[in-house]
Amino acid sequence: MTARTPLVSSRARDARLLAAAAGVLAVASVLSLFVGVVNVAPWSLFQPDTDAYRALVIARIPRLLALLLAGSSMAVAGVIMQQVTRNRFVSPSTAGTVESAVLGIVLATIWLPGAPLMARMLVAIATSLLGTFLFLQLLRRIRTADSIVVPLVGLMFGAVVSAIAAFIAYHYDLLQLVDTWTTGSFSRVLRGRYEPLYAVVAGLLLAYVYAARFTVVGMGERFAVNLGVHYRRIVNLGLAIAAITTAIVVVVVGAIPFLGLIVPNVVAMWLGDNVRRTLPITALAGAGFVLVCDVIGRVIRHPYEIAVGTIAGVIGCVVFLVLILRARAPRTS
Amino acid sequence: MTAVATPPTTASPAAATRDERPAVVRRRVAVLAALALVAVLVYQFAMVTGSWSYAMDLRLRQVGALVVVGVATGVATLLFQTVANSRILTPGVMGYDSLFVLVQTLLVWVFGSAVVVDLDVRVRFLLDAGVMTAFGLLLFRWVFRRNSRDLFVLVLVGVVLGTLFTSLTLFASRLLSPSDYLTLQDLTFASFNTVDPRLLSITAAITVVAIAAAVPLLRRLDVVALGHDTAVTLGVDYHRVVNQTLAVVTVLVAASTALVGPLVFVGLIVANIARQVLPTYRHRTLALGAALAGVIVTVGGQFVASRLLDFTTTLTVCVNLVGGLYFVWLLLREVSP
Repeated sequence: MTARTPLVSSRARDARLLAAAAGVLAVASVLSLFVGVVNVAPWSLFQPDTDAYRALVIARIPRLLALLLAGSSMAVAGVIMQQVTRNRFVSPSTAGTVESAVLGIVLATIWLPGAPLMARMLVAIATSLLGTFLFLQLLRRIRTADSIVVPLVGLMFGAVVSAIAAFIAYHYDLLQLVDTWTTGSFSRVLRGRYEPLYAVVAGLLLAYVYAARFTVVGMGERFAVNLGVHYRRIVNLGLAIAAITTAIVVVVVGAIPFLGLIVPNVVAMWLGDNVRRTLPITALAGAGFVLVCDVIGRVIRHPYEIAVGTIAGVIGCVVFLVLILRARAPRTS
Repeated sequence: MTAVATPPTTASPAAATRDERPAVVRRRVAVLAALALVAVLVYQFAMVTGSWSYAMDLRLRQVGALVVVGVATGVATLLFQTVANSRILTPGVMGYDSLFVLVQTLLVWVFGSAVVVDLDVRVRFLLDAGVMTAFGLLLFRWVFRRNSRDLFVLVLVGVVLGTLFTSLTLFASRLLSPSDYLTLQDLTFASFNTVDPRLLSITAAITVVAIAAAVPLLRRLDVVALGHDTAVTLGVDYHRVVNQTLAVVTVLVAASTALVGPLVFVGLIVANIARQVLPTYRHRTLALGAALAGVIVTVGGQFVASRLLDFTTTLTVCVNLVGGLYFVWLLLREVSP
């Protein structure tokens, strides 16, 4: 783990960095409110009963909040998973977590037709937890130091889970719905239909409270136990936070592929592995990444929209490839 | 046989002594051939209800497509495994199939659906296959050169490339106008049930030509399987053989994918069956075995899925399920002590 330790006043520097990032994100967020089919001007907010006002309050502001919440929480879920599994390539997209959540939604749609969003969410959380801990069991069987094998097993495990989901969905004519959950999109987000997403704030706070312990766990079991950290409990807690967060995001907006993988890695390359230090920046970067992807999706084919999951998939794959090749470059050259 | 990563295991002492029994190999090839024949006959003639001539005509086309897919995928995967020096690395896993769909999408995107639809289905296929061969060769030569000794990096890069191609396809298809998009869906929605006879004839012809081109390579591949250094010492132009093999593999995968769409894990299953069943290092025998196993798996699998279980198009899903589990098992076997 290569933490670049700054020489002087890292706190002050971090604080400035954080403030700058938050400022950029805030400006970008506000600007994003004015991108879309309906023309909206800032003063529309003070003119109720106009179309622009309704577009802002019913669609644009909820959408902005949803994508900030989803982006930050998925990035944080990624950091936690990478720390507790001690592998930088583990994330909700590469551990079967997302696919398990989708399987849960399919099951809930079949078993509990017409059930409220919360009921479906609970089933998705259950399967997502189950899938993630199953992956942890698989991980324990891999006795190699080769960090590349782990995401490979995770991706294949995810493929198997999603084949099961597709198999079931096919029998109940739900295949098209599966596609909407596997490719996240914020175009469905409207006032009254995204509020359960606020639950991820609890996960974010919990992650921050336990940040130091996740860092210690990331240094290995013996080290963690030596420092008096309950290793197993922290690993389980971290995976549970990540799995629950993922399930909530997938139920409300769908999957955003590789977000939890690439954002934490890029931040860690730059700031190191001290979770307490990187967590706020990672959350902001995740939100910023999703915001950028969403705005690209809204602009590129105006007035139509391209789902954020599609754009994040393309960018995420390319960055993932770079990360893989970089990870091995020193050894081969 | 702990080292899945190295087909040179086929050249290990244990394998060599097993190969002392060519009678066993011959008998097993005969059994595979008989099974393949039975599968084809059963698919063609069993459980006909309604018009006999209609059923015969439809089924003949379906069987033809299944046989082409089975043979092309089986041989392509076997050759690719040898060149890649790994039993878990296959064209499907490396994202070759998704590349084909991407190329088709890009063709519609660049030229517009009007132009693409007016093209004869055969011309379109040749165009697709040409673009894909050129691009595939460039890409995979780069990947091979870069990390030729690092198996897991290669597999992971392949899997991610496959995902990238799929994402790019999705992305490009969203940029299309609705009418272009519909055309594209018609083009890429291939299945075993609806087979275009013109497409079937051209893909069958190309499969035959590609395999004929591969025959002289097969004996050299026996040497290539020993590894780069040994092959060069024995006087084989390693890189030439590898490049020619990759070209053949690309054409075969293009043929199969054009007919029925991506089938990621069929090749993996089929080629490993051939290597498991036939204790030999000779690629002539292995390729024959892989082709036969391919026919058994595709024709037999489709018969079981569509006639007995009435699942119609879920064959792909079943194959993904079984193949995915098998892949995880191979990986875990590879990395466990």
